[in-house]
Order: sequence, then structure tokens, then C-alpha cells
Amino acid sequence: MSLIKVVDLSHRYGERRVLENVTLSIAKGEVFALIGPTGVGKTTLLRLIDLLEIPSSGEIYFDGRCIPESGKQRVEIRRRMAFVLQKPQVFNLSVYDNIACGLRWRGEKKDRTKEKVDRILETVDLRGYKNRNARTLSGGEAQRLALARAAVVEPEVLLLDEPTANLDPISTEKIEQFISYLIRQRNTTIIMATHDMSQGQHLADKIGVLLNGRIVQIGDAREVFRLPQDEEVAKFVGMENIIAGRVTANAGGIVMVDTGNNVIQAVSGCPVGEEVNVGIRPEDIILALSKSESSARNCFRGEVAKVTSLGPVSRVEINCGFPLVALVTRISAEELNLQNGREVYASFKAAGVHLIRKENRQNLSWQRRQ
Amino acid sequence: MTEIWHALIRAIELLVSLDPEVMEIVWRSLRVTGTSCLLASLLCLPLGSLIHFYNFLGKRALINIIQTLFSLPTVIVGLFVFVLFSRAGPFGEAGILFTPTVMVIGQMILITPLLLGFTISALSGVSKEIVDTATSLGASGFQTALLMLKEARFAVLAAVIMGFGRALSEVGCAMMVGGNIKGFTRVITTTISLETSKGELELSIALGIILLLLALVINLALNRLQQR
Repeated sequence: MSLIKVVDLSHRYGERRVLENVTLSIAKGEVFALIGPTGVGKTTLLRLIDLLEIPSSGEIYFDGRCIPESGKQRVEIRRRMAFVLQKPQVFNLSVYDNIACGLRWRGEKKDRTKEKVDRILETVDLRGYKNRNARTLSGGEAQRLALARAAVVEPEVLLLDEPTANLDPISTEKIEQFISYLIRQRNTTIIMATHDMSQGQHLADKIGVLLNGRIVQIGDAREVFRLPQDEEVAKFVGMENIIAGRVTANAGGIVMVDTGNNVIQAVSGCPVGEEVNVGIRPEDIILALSKSESSARNCFRGEVAKVTSLGPVSRVEINCGFPLVALVTRISAEELNLQNGREVYASFKAAGVHLIRKENRQNLSWQRRQ
Repeated sequence: MTEIWHALIRAIELLVSLDPEVMEIVWRSLRVTGTSCLLASLLCLPLGSLIHFYNFLGKRALINIIQTLFSLPTVIVGLFVFVLFSRAGPFGEAGILFTPTVMVIGQMILITPLLLGFTISALSGVSKEIVDTATSLGASGFQTALLMLKEARFAVLAAVIMGFGRALSEVGCAMMVGGNIKGFTRVITTTISLETSKGELELSIALGIILLLLALVINLALNRLQQR
């Protein structure tokens, strides 16, 4: 049975519709990541689940019980959850008192409170700051304090809103380690809003894509990132190559998609004549200076149009008769001497191609799995 | 000029020797003002929190009225309390006119708008995110209100100190409802007023110096709080 169930939830701020018919369920112990661009309603959804606001319409069930709009029951249910806001808010008290307040509000005994706070201060590496005013902490420390303050009450559900936004890599790593600890040791159900794709991928069991106030796809990391439901999701999850085409042949699960000047092969059960969008992730494309023998069914000759360094990797735009974007390591880019006008061969496997049906924007992955 | 000079020297003598009359008047002033300030705080802090937390029809108008009453003339309060507690008044039977008790009531009425207004304003300064954080951590409405008062403690304390200062320095109300009875309701300000009109400057100057020193202490305390 799901611990949290959201049914047909809609919310408005005045005339502005923020969430529309959101339905999802989260099982006990599950880590659910809500991904989506800024301003699509992720925070609002978390606030509604944490009962900080009352939805315009729809229902939220906690542990099988429908949450009432007012009354003492809301406080009781809220006390089984904890929410860490995107911008960590610390009270103008000592670090110790900040962490202890949730326990005190729940009527925890003084010695138990001390024991729990001391233990969590150790876990989040803030032991030395115990008596310091929390307002003097750095951004990373304040975020760790906010997480510790939420975790110390041992909530059944922990809601995290962009837990590592605007943090440096070291602070981000510490926060992610702590979240992993909560997942492993406490079996806490976590609902996390993030726009950090990698965070969603490596921490979450299930990912929900929220676009324009609607949940457009729910699945595990593989389904969301490799088999996006429609073009919009594909673009958001980083499937940069989306090429329009038409299925011209289907032989033994390998389809030919005519993109105008070229034919792309894909593993799919898509019927002939279907109008589709071909989706290829840039990291699935291999670049070489000559046409080499490989198992990749698709190989196109093209010219480098632009190379952008992204730190450890380089983003290469190639014109193969259709535009193609590939991600290669910085070392490969240097070895291949990739620069504008350079002739290269771009190859990718048929299994790495995802077809998105144009008509009803339904993905064809079900056919592939069959 | 010589007379003023002598009065000043005599005043300093009174202060240095801790003259019993001076000390008694100062102590009574502090006691009456302290009590009125404490009682007004006990009333205004929860009431101000209620006004801040709850949305009701006419809230804005009420806050405007409270702010208007910041500059309530002390003689008007004196007149109001006098009418209430005079023999013919609704509370005449209590028989507390010209006692320190009624002076406390008068000063409470005088500083209530100030404390209420500044409590509401202090709580408004606490960010909505702090309230959300407390609520999300499981605080009840009452626990959230307490936390907010803690968050705004310096601003709230500043309001209390301002109220104390206003009550300590007012003369109109204390004179009208206290009656300036020697050894009973005579406080710093009423003594200064009476002794000056009698031409006895030394006691007035001594008490004036104390009043100024107290004002200085209050101001220093306020400045320290505002810097935090």
C-alpha cells in the first residue's frame, strides 16, 4: 500500500494554475524524485504534501487516510513528516536549539533530546558548532543543519526541496552522503524536488517528471532518461537529438526511419508508415575520423559545426544532413582534433535510438519490451 | 545664577549621599513603571501575536487605530482613568483613586498601544519561511507563535523598553490620578513639577539628573538591541 497517494490534485494561486490533475503514489521506503524546470510547481506540490497549503481541488492520502482540510489531525500527520525548504531557514538560536526544536515540539524528554541531537550533530559533522548561533553558519553548513533538524525527528516521510541548490561540490557531496545514510539506515520515504538530473538518477527509486504543472511521466531512472514519453520530456531529460522521420520498413524488430536525407535504424516494433521523432542521447554517439567496423548500425559522415568545452566533456555539434549533438571526453576531443569544419563519422547503436510517436505522443517503448 | 549654581551643588550632594527622600521617590517611580510595563507586556505580547496571526475583518483599521494611539496625550489618559475611578465613576467603589495602583492602570493604558503596535510590527518582520519551517517541523499554532516571539525577541524587547521609557517620563497621568501625595504616590516627574513650581530647585535638579540617567540607560539598551 502506498504511504502517500495524491489524487487529481490541482492548485491555483489566484488566477494562475500551478498544478493540474496531479496523481501519484509513493510507497513506504521509496525515494521519489520530482524533476522539472524551475517554476513548474515542484515546490508547491511538496508544500501541499506537507500540508502547508490546502489544495484548490483533489485529495491527498497519508497511510490510507484522506487528509482533512483543517483540525488537529493535520498537525498529527505533519509530525510524521519533515520538510527541508530550498533556502535553508535557520532560527535565531544556537545550532543545538535549532535541531532540538522539532523534538521539543513533539514532547520528547530532555535527556533523549540531548542524546538524539548530539548523535545527529556528529553525523552531519557539526559537533563543533553546537553552541554557535545558527545564523553565523555558511550556506552548506546551514543546509546540513536544516537536514539534521528535519531528520532528528525521525520522520516517516522526508520532503526535500532542491537540497543541494547553489552549493559547492564538496557541500553537495556531504548532503548527498547524508541523504544516502537516511535511505540506507532509516528506510525513510523521501520525496525530493530537484533539477539536478544526476542527483535524481543516483538517489531515486522512482522519478516523476513535472512539466507545466502536470506529471507527464513516472518511471525509474532508465525509463525516464532513456525512454521519454514525449518530445517535451525528451528535451528536458537531455535527449538533445530529436529528428523527425517516418518508419519505412520493419524487419525483425529493426525499423528504418527515413529522416529526409538519411535513414536511421532503431530497435522498435513500430509499424511501417508511422510518423515518429527519433531520439538519441548525445553521450550514445561515438565520433571517429574514419568509418570503422563496429556493431553500431548507424554511421553518418558529417562536419563539425561547433565544439563547446563543458569541463571534463566537450559538446560537439555536427552537421550530417541533419543536426546531431555528441558528447565526447575532453581527451577524445583533443585527440580527434575536433574543430569547426573537421570531417568526422558519427555512429550510434540501433538500441540507443528511442522512437517517439508523433500522433498521440505515446512512446513506443512498450512495443520494444514486448 | 548663583542660586541655580547652589541648587546644582545641593542636588549633587543629595545624589551622592543617597538622600532617603530622593531614593524613595526613585524607587516608587521604578516600581510603578516596572509593574505597569510588566502587566502591559503580559497583555500586549499575546494580544499582538493574536492580531498578527489571525486575519479578520477590520484588522488593518485596528492596526491604524493602535498606531494613532502611540501619541495619546498623557492628560487624556489621566482624565479617562480619573473619570473611571472617581467616586461617581463606574469603578468608583474600588476606592483606588490617588493610589499607586491606579497610577499603574493609567500607565498601562498609556503604553498599551505602543507595545501592541511594536509587537505586531516585530512579528511582521519574521519571514514567512521561518513560520513555514516551524510548521513543517511539527509546531502547533501556539508553538509557532512562541518561536516567532523568540525570533523577534530583540524587536519585542525594544518595544518593552520604549514603553518603559514613556511610562517613566510621563507626568500628566501620574499627577491627575496619583495626586502627588508625599510618601505615597509621589514619583520623579510629579516631584520635579511640584518642587519647581515651589522654587525648590535642588530636589528637582537631583531628580532631573536621575531621570536623564535612566533615559540614557534605556537608550543605550535600545541601541544595543537594535544592533543585534
